[in-house]
Amino acid sequence: MDEQSISLTVNGTEQNGEAEPRMSLADFLRERLGLTGTHIGCEHGVCGVCTVICDGMAVRSCLMFAVQADKKEIRTIEGLADGDTMHPLQTLFSEQRALQCGFCTPGMLMTAVDLVDNNPSITPPEIKAGMSAVLCRCTGYEGILKAVEAYAKQIKGV
Amino acid sequence: MKPAPFNYIVPTSIDEALALLEEHAPDARLLAGGQSLVPMMNFRLSRPSHLIDLNCIPDLAFIQDNKDHISIGAMTRERTIEESSLVRSSIPLLYEATRHIAHLPIRSRGTIGGSISNADPAAEYPAALLTLDGEMVVRSKQGKRQIKASDFFKGIMETAIEPNELLVEIIVPKVPPGTGFAFVEISRRHGDYALAGIAAQMTLSGKTVTNVRLAACGVGPCPIRLNDAEKQIIDDGLTEKSIQSAAKAAALEVDPETDLHATADYRRRLTAVLTQQALLKAKERAQENN
Amino acid sequence: MPDTIPGYIGQSVPRREDKRLLRGEGLFVADIQLPNMLHVAIARSQFPHARIKDIDLSKALSAEGVELAISGEDILEQLPPISGMQLATPPGYQERVDTDIQIPDQPLIPHEKVRFVGEPYALVVARNRYLAEDALELISTDFDPLPPVATTDKALDENAPLLHEKLGRNVAAILHTKKGQGAEALKTAPHRLKRRFYHHRYAAMPMECRGVVADYDARTDTLTIWSSTQVVHWVSREVANSLGMPEENVRCIAPDVGGGFGGKGHVYPEDILVAYLARRLQRPVKWIEDRHEHILNSTHSRDNIYDVEIGFDNDGRIETVVSDFVVDSGAYSPIGAGIAGNSIAHMLGPYDIPNYEASSKIVLTNRTPNAPYRGAGRPEVGFAMERAVDLVANELELDPAEVRFRNMIKADQMPYSVGLTYRDGVPIVYDSGDYPKALERALEELGGLKSIRKRQKDALRQGRYIGLGLGCYVEGTGVGPFEGATVKIDATGKIVVATGACPQGQGHETVFAQVTADLWKVPIEDVYVTVADTAHVTMGYGTLASRSTVTASGAIQLASDQIKEKAFAIASGILEAGEKDLELRDSGVGVKGVPGMHISFRDIATAARPGWGHKRPEGIDAGLEATSYYEPPTVTWAYASNAAIVEVNPGTGQVLIENYVEVHDAGVLVNPAIADGQVKGGLVQGLGGGLMEEITYDENGQLLTGSFMDYLLPSASDVPPITVIHQETPSPLNSLGVKGLGEGGAIAPPVVIANAVCDALRPFKAEINSTPVRWGEVAAIFGDDPFKATSTTTTPEMEK
Repeated sequence: MDEQSISLTVNGTEQNGEAEPRMSLADFLRERLGLTGTHIGCEHGVCGVCTVICDGMAVRSCLMFAVQADKKEIRTIEGLADGDTMHPLQTLFSEQRALQCGFCTPGMLMTAVDLVDNNPSITPPEIKAGMSAVLCRCTGYEGILKAVEAYAKQIKGV
Repeated sequence: MKPAPFNYIVPTSIDEALALLEEHAPDARLLAGGQSLVPMMNFRLSRPSHLIDLNCIPDLAFIQDNKDHISIGAMTRERTIEESSLVRSSIPLLYEATRHIAHLPIRSRGTIGGSISNADPAAEYPAALLTLDGEMVVRSKQGKRQIKASDFFKGIMETAIEPNELLVEIIVPKVPPGTGFAFVEISRRHGDYALAGIAAQMTLSGKTVTNVRLAACGVGPCPIRLNDAEKQIIDDGLTEKSIQSAAKAAALEVDPETDLHATADYRRRLTAVLTQQALLKAKERAQENN
Repeated sequence: MPDTIPGYIGQSVPRREDKRLLRGEGLFVADIQLPNMLHVAIARSQFPHARIKDIDLSKALSAEGVELAISGEDILEQLPPISGMQLATPPGYQERVDTDIQIPDQPLIPHEKVRFVGEPYALVVARNRYLAEDALELISTDFDPLPPVATTDKALDENAPLLHEKLGRNVAAILHTKKGQGAEALKTAPHRLKRRFYHHRYAAMPMECRGVVADYDARTDTLTIWSSTQVVHWVSREVANSLGMPEENVRCIAPDVGGGFGGKGHVYPEDILVAYLARRLQRPVKWIEDRHEHILNSTHSRDNIYDVEIGFDNDGRIETVVSDFVVDSGAYSPIGAGIAGNSIAHMLGPYDIPNYEASSKIVLTNRTPNAPYRGAGRPEVGFAMERAVDLVANELELDPAEVRFRNMIKADQMPYSVGLTYRDGVPIVYDSGDYPKALERALEELGGLKSIRKRQKDALRQGRYIGLGLGCYVEGTGVGPFEGATVKIDATGKIVVATGACPQGQGHETVFAQVTADLWKVPIEDVYVTVADTAHVTMGYGTLASRSTVTASGAIQLASDQIKEKAFAIASGILEAGEKDLELRDSGVGVKGVPGMHISFRDIATAARPGWGHKRPEGIDAGLEATSYYEPPTVTWAYASNAAIVEVNPGTGQVLIENYVEVHDAGVLVNPAIADGQVKGGLVQGLGGGLMEEITYDENGQLLTGSFMDYLLPSASDVPPITVIHQETPSPLNSLGVKGLGEGGAIAPPVVIANAVCDALRPFKAEINSTPVRWGEVAAIFGDDPFKATSTTTTPEMEK
């Protein structure tokens, strides 16, 4: 099938690219834009490793076709830090030992950004339920939940 | 796990979508939120010749307050429903059902119309709409039909929608005063499809149950209205004993299958336990609203 | 830097790996993009057992974007199978354990028949993965289905079809060992208990599937392979052998690896195939395993049936354990007899038991090959043994905790000679530890045994079912044969370390920097660590079997010792002081007690350089660089006691884990936070195996759990409160006092859950002797009526 042109904003920068309709947003980000920070773990929407933010909401980038992201605003893990300054969640993930192999980490971070930034009054049980959207095989989740809880506290200003 | 090639078409109006559907059915598939269809395509278990993407039709995404009922556009995201104060106040059962659907990033894309048209036996919305006495509005080039939920779900992933028809709107009556509700389910993990789930809604007038509706998901080819259980409550009220009897009746009127995740017997057992839970919770809420 | 550096060992130093991984700047195999790269998709058998009559690739070859398509026949002449006997057992092992081992070879792509669902039978190389998958659908095949050998029972039937005709049997190995009187001791035992136990099949399931990229440079006849593997040196050696190249010309790198847990711990056919394709096509070639392929094709684990008989006395002291077990090895056995060997060696656990006899068969079936996964034989045998200990307690109406205390090896018995042989061929001696104390502390953490039992009784009166589950184990860690390290001090004075370790999230870059910084008394920032790259150290073994902290640290230490000797000799000449008066300090060497007398590593390295200007004493050769191979004398013995409180819902059978405690001893912890994370991560994998993860086949050998919809990994919501207590008893076997710990956490949870549920359901005399613990089966124990057991009036009284 022929490739189609798409233009979208990724991490604040306008990007133009070509994609065959069947190309997933995840593959497009990784292969066409070189943004390999978004990982692919299952390609059927269960593991959540490929989660990115689309128009302010976390989505599975393996279940969206790149052509569907035309005119959308996408945020990936590469857009989290401000230059050399780490995003608070990144710092907290490191402090709380919320990563080991780091493969699920992009999905965890983008999911946490959506959960907390869009719901600053989120409670620890809601965080636990919300973070269940992404699977981690290394950490046992304790550090991840602590990091996201600490981030929520920061956002709330507690 | 890459999908087979397909022709991708993006209509921007309902009429355009209907024309495309007429032209390309039966090998075309409609793409709503894609949270069930795209995995099937990635496994190449679904390989439509044409994919008609409904995501750019503004007329399909809305939540409207229409006096005695709420109208929801088929392409309304599950997340939008979850965040709608109108839904939460007027049809809270739908809100509670939504909270059980998968995970937030799935609900960011998934749509009510997609869920209902897909009609997975374990999905939450079909059982909720059966309980809420919802109606589906479907359109084709030839016209418009309105189908009651009780006539809509036909079997495993089978609905009353014809190949040339498009689900455009879901109509849900608002809850009358004195009503309580509950959506409870048990899944193996948070966010998984239910092994069994129960939707309940009841209206009390003082201590009298004037109306009770119950439906189950995950325990039959499609959502099952629990008539015997309802009758038990209407006949004998909300005593501990009557609720248990209703729960046991529910377990007998479902039609579960054994799969990797649970046996049919276990699903029946869960139906009973969840029916009890749902009735108790709905009762408590109805009493609060009385 | 002060003279007395506090030392990095024992500090939870932040991980060096974090920054790149948190910023999306890691490099996983799938992230590698090279110009002109081609992509591989692999056709995999849908039959568990079938003869290949014909494979027609012509249509695939003419499909869009396809460069090459091959089947097994096309490579028959070029590529030998992976030898089944590559992991030979050491001579000492065969002397002390009766073995009859005939591991089948594994063809890279079989040409005669396929032996499991998921086995490759052809592959396509195309411009991109989408086109490669399109072309796979154009391959036409003529397969003649053979009767499937779907279970070990079927495989052992004398009329069973053979998987590997050459072997003449469906058995890859038979092992037997005996201690004391073995089974004979049953005859004199006052009590005997016999049961069958089953540990089901589940898998490592890292979040990153496997993947290989290979690039061939014709000018230098060299191959570079990036593989998501735990064993880079093993990969380069096998590729070199298969392709007839010198090992030196085959570089294998494991970049960032997204989890392994044993599943990436051996060479797979794809490692060799992709390298072969890159050389043949003279273009970079990439194969990324997708999740469906991973579940079908990457090795599974566990899947053992145990028949156990225990002889014990009136006090619950175990006199003998007799075990006969079968490992369902699937179609091949990539790690040979490793799993069964581990099981045999670990069965007696922390207990002082005079007699023991174990027999094992590793049986070939038409299932995905079985290879070690976190625990590797220990969770399986632990399930059988620790269930059996609970059943012994039940027989005598004793508390399971009490029976454990009565049988445990006491601290003053250390070092304790077990009377068995480890798979490194060395007699097993538990090196150090206090087993009863670990159990005591685990119980204390849950409120103490007495109060737990009281709570349980009180709860039962209210129709609530609370149970205590215990599980104790020992674990041989840091196994040989060796690990390699190269240590250099360059002219900038920085210390550069490379080891054969291949981390997949264990934080080795941090841990080995800590070890090295302490060995040289330098700031950690001055230590540079590379891992998982064959170009940096000639021989290495890899990261598996809870071994790297012990073995790679040992190699770093040996190499450092060699350079230190030279550095001291050079410093002695320059400072005009005797070597005995010198010490490491301030990133260099100084004269003890004389603050001004000091020479930095930078100056020593410059002095050590070859050439006219060198300042080396006579007899000291040039350079500050050494490569050493640490061959551990034998394994160090980590151990743990686990205890958990569960509550069982009588209506739904759901098992709620209220609290899970593991008291774990891995000797000195180099980085306690990393160690803690390893144990906790392992525990959650064990809980997954205990309750939800399961690879299921139907009776015809068809795999039923081919997606993440059906194979359930635990998510954040499934994790109970977990407490890990580290009891640090140094190992006397190495100077750092370290033991290994990567696997430990995953060993006990399945049996702890089963024991806890049975304990909660004591009024029903429930026995759960297989995994996973299923809610539906638990619910059924309460009878058909889901409301009956919750009603306090009908609850049977607790016996004790």
